[in-house]
Amino acid sequence: MTGQGKVENATILIEDEVIKSVKSGGSVPSGYKTIDAAGKWVTPGIIGAYTSLGLVDVEYSAGIADYSAKLEDSGYLGTQIETKYAVNPDSSLINIARIEGITSAASVMADTDTFFQGQGAFISLGDKVNPIVKGNAVMLLDMTGGKIDGSSGSRAVAWPKLLSVLQEAASLKGKTLRKKDDWDGDLTKTEVNALVPVMKGDMPLLITVNRTMDIRHIIHIKQKFEDLKIVLVHATEAWRVADELAAHDIAVILRPESNLPYDFDELGATLSNAARLDAAGVKVAIGMDTHNARLVMQHAGNAVANGLPWEKGLASITSVAAEVLGVADSHGSLEKGKSADVVVWSGDPLEVMSYAETVVIDGEQIPMTSRQSKLRDRYLQMQSDKAYRYIKP
Amino acid sequence: MKIPNNNRLVKGGLRHLSVLALSVGLASNAIADDHEEKTEQQDPYVEVNPNPFPSTYQPADSGTVLITNVTLLDGIGGRLDNASVLIENGDIKQVGSNISAVEATVIDGTGKWLTPGIIDNHSHLGVYPTPDVDSHADGNEMTTPVTAEVWSEHSVWPQDPGFSAALAGGVTTLQILPGSANLVGGRAVTLKNVPDRTVQDMKFPDAPYGMKMACGENPKRVYGGKGGPMTRMGNVAGYRKEWIAATEYKQKWDKYKKEYAEGKNPAAPTRDLKLETLMGVLEGEILVHMHCYRADEMAVMMDVMKEFDYQITSFHHAVEGYKIADKLAENNVCASMWADWWGFKMEAYDGILENIPLVANAGGCAIVHSDSDLGIQRLNQEAAKALANGKKAGIEFTKAQAWEWLSANPARSLGVFDQTGSVEPGKDADLVLWSGDPFSTYTQAEQVFIDGVKVYEKGNDALWPVTDFELDQPGEGEL
Repeated sequence: MTGQGKVENATILIEDEVIKSVKSGGSVPSGYKTIDAAGKWVTPGIIGAYTSLGLVDVEYSAGIADYSAKLEDSGYLGTQIETKYAVNPDSSLINIARIEGITSAASVMADTDTFFQGQGAFISLGDKVNPIVKGNAVMLLDMTGGKIDGSSGSRAVAWPKLLSVLQEAASLKGKTLRKKDDWDGDLTKTEVNALVPVMKGDMPLLITVNRTMDIRHIIHIKQKFEDLKIVLVHATEAWRVADELAAHDIAVILRPESNLPYDFDELGATLSNAARLDAAGVKVAIGMDTHNARLVMQHAGNAVANGLPWEKGLASITSVAAEVLGVADSHGSLEKGKSADVVVWSGDPLEVMSYAETVVIDGEQIPMTSRQSKLRDRYLQMQSDKAYRYIKP
Repeated sequence: MKIPNNNRLVKGGLRHLSVLALSVGLASNAIADDHEEKTEQQDPYVEVNPNPFPSTYQPADSGTVLITNVTLLDGIGGRLDNASVLIENGDIKQVGSNISAVEATVIDGTGKWLTPGIIDNHSHLGVYPTPDVDSHADGNEMTTPVTAEVWSEHSVWPQDPGFSAALAGGVTTLQILPGSANLVGGRAVTLKNVPDRTVQDMKFPDAPYGMKMACGENPKRVYGGKGGPMTRMGNVAGYRKEWIAATEYKQKWDKYKKEYAEGKNPAAPTRDLKLETLMGVLEGEILVHMHCYRADEMAVMMDVMKEFDYQITSFHHAVEGYKIADKLAENNVCASMWADWWGFKMEAYDGILENIPLVANAGGCAIVHSDSDLGIQRLNQEAAKALANGKKAGIEFTKAQAWEWLSANPARSLGVFDQTGSVEPGKDADLVLWSGDPFSTYTQAEQVFIDGVKVYEKGNDALWPVTDFELDQPGEGEL
């Protein structure tokens, strides 16, 4: 599957971490190592659209979890948080995700009490020394009812505060403040400078939101600050304003299975959110787990089961995910010049019983081992009379 | 009316007044009988009502229904192609290839699959309902580490929209457990997933009670700062202390029953709701469902089980079940598991994708459970993942065998396998007609039957249960 749609009997040439060509038929020139995928489905590497991969190993009561930051009432706006300094490629989650076909991901904060949740990085799950593909990839903002504690917990406080922050950021007219510049805004220079690429639309603004009326506020913000590249996250009730979202080019990252009214902002929860948004022309990306980032194919499959066209299901975890994260120039499709992230599947990748057979990241075929595969293999071999600690798969 | 002149009875008289009136006849008879050996005059026999909140579930008339031409997975390992199933009076009447029934409503199942209804033995629907607000947090009595006296059915909110969503996923029976904050969390209740007004209207008739226990991190996290336990060893001391108390309590009742049967007039032990539940476990009447992740902890708990002579029916979550699959099988303890959840806490760090097939492969009783209001809506996909991951690792099961993890085994763990959990003549007609192979992501439940009554049909508005809570809300009528 490529930017051109489906190509049968394709040959993909990879050289120096990038794709050199994708052709139907196509002969393999000498000097290439060949991976035979005859009769198999081959897709771009799957992208974790909204994860904290690299920022956490164990969530509760187990030491370091860099995806969480509690600054209490420091007044810290949060725009200056940068996950790129916290990403740890040795996290066991990386191998566990990648052997199932996840090759890159947005790595973002999951739990902060600041107004903005900072800047997320886009990372590769390959073996390069530096996993960061784009350090300051996206800006996060949570405007759900329960999470706006950074502004005293009421929308009546939160929305005016957001407008005022954006107005200050817009007043810079695309230029960051230098140390010597005069500045009498409410925000610190660091805080407001972090928003400059957001105001220009160079850095997508990912806004977590669920209630219909809140989404309408966001549409008004987009009308006021036209350069913003806005992506709604979770967006339970987005289907109710699908046409307006499409008209304003606002995309969505969602959990397709979230169909219950967890709070009074999600009363419109439905399994058909993804399908209805897509039908209206809204770009839909899927993938909001960290430990089980690997389940994103199943999630996309369930969106398809509930009305999303299959091609859009695959796109939601590859090309559209890359697009909403602002990395479509390098990731998300099998095209010349793109990062060579390729997965060979045992069957339809959105089918729950299919699995990744071969995974290539940044042009390198990765070993299909993880901490979990080693645990499995150790206990599969338990029949032997050797004590388990001497079994080293 | 003659009241025996017995100090003890007079003391207890007020409390037992209602039973007293009934018992007078019995006492007089005893006197009238001309026994040679003069037995002591007996107070009324004190018996604890085991079922004070009885099921009021009344299935509607199913009529006679014939489902034809399906691919049938019978839930006990069998598969029959081009099968037909005849339903009569709420039960499965006949299963076979060529069934004719003149009076039956015929449902053509060509191209579709039929299975037993999915049974989830680990749900908190109703006790942790949506909307997930503080006012609804009724699943964990986090006031003291042992609360065997609480019953989950007293927290169940039948208006939880999650019940309808689970029904659309083919779940026909479910156990509602208290949470895992406590060493002993309380009694669990088994429900038929019927849309009704009260928990009694949903209660699975004659299902035994369950009792929730919990190992590991949760109790020590919750109580570490409020009097303990704050360690795993503290947890184990906590269980043992309670089993000692329960054993003594049981001995008191046994003594009372024995002496009364001998014609003596013993004083009945004072009722204790907490110890009654624990005693129910020791008597084998109440089934233990124990939240436990780590292999080493499960092994310790199986020793506690032997020390106090009770049975753990199933470990729940059992994320490390694969490490002691042989011991689980030997001890006849089921493991109720997720397909792939892991890592959200330290005791879940060693979760692997092959846990379910590895437990099953050792001859153990493997169960797919949800512990989730979303997971419960597609447990068939959880079984599919476990099946595929097992196969990839060289552990082969058929789809028919895998369905046992979704119906027969959980039914056994709830003590209701004689009534449901398989497609066999005489069983409750709890069935799901799937749009195709239920091991595919794209397959959905099309029709769900409970006791032969169609309670859900995809796309049929008349058979989409909308809770009171959802009326006039933006999501009314949405799945």
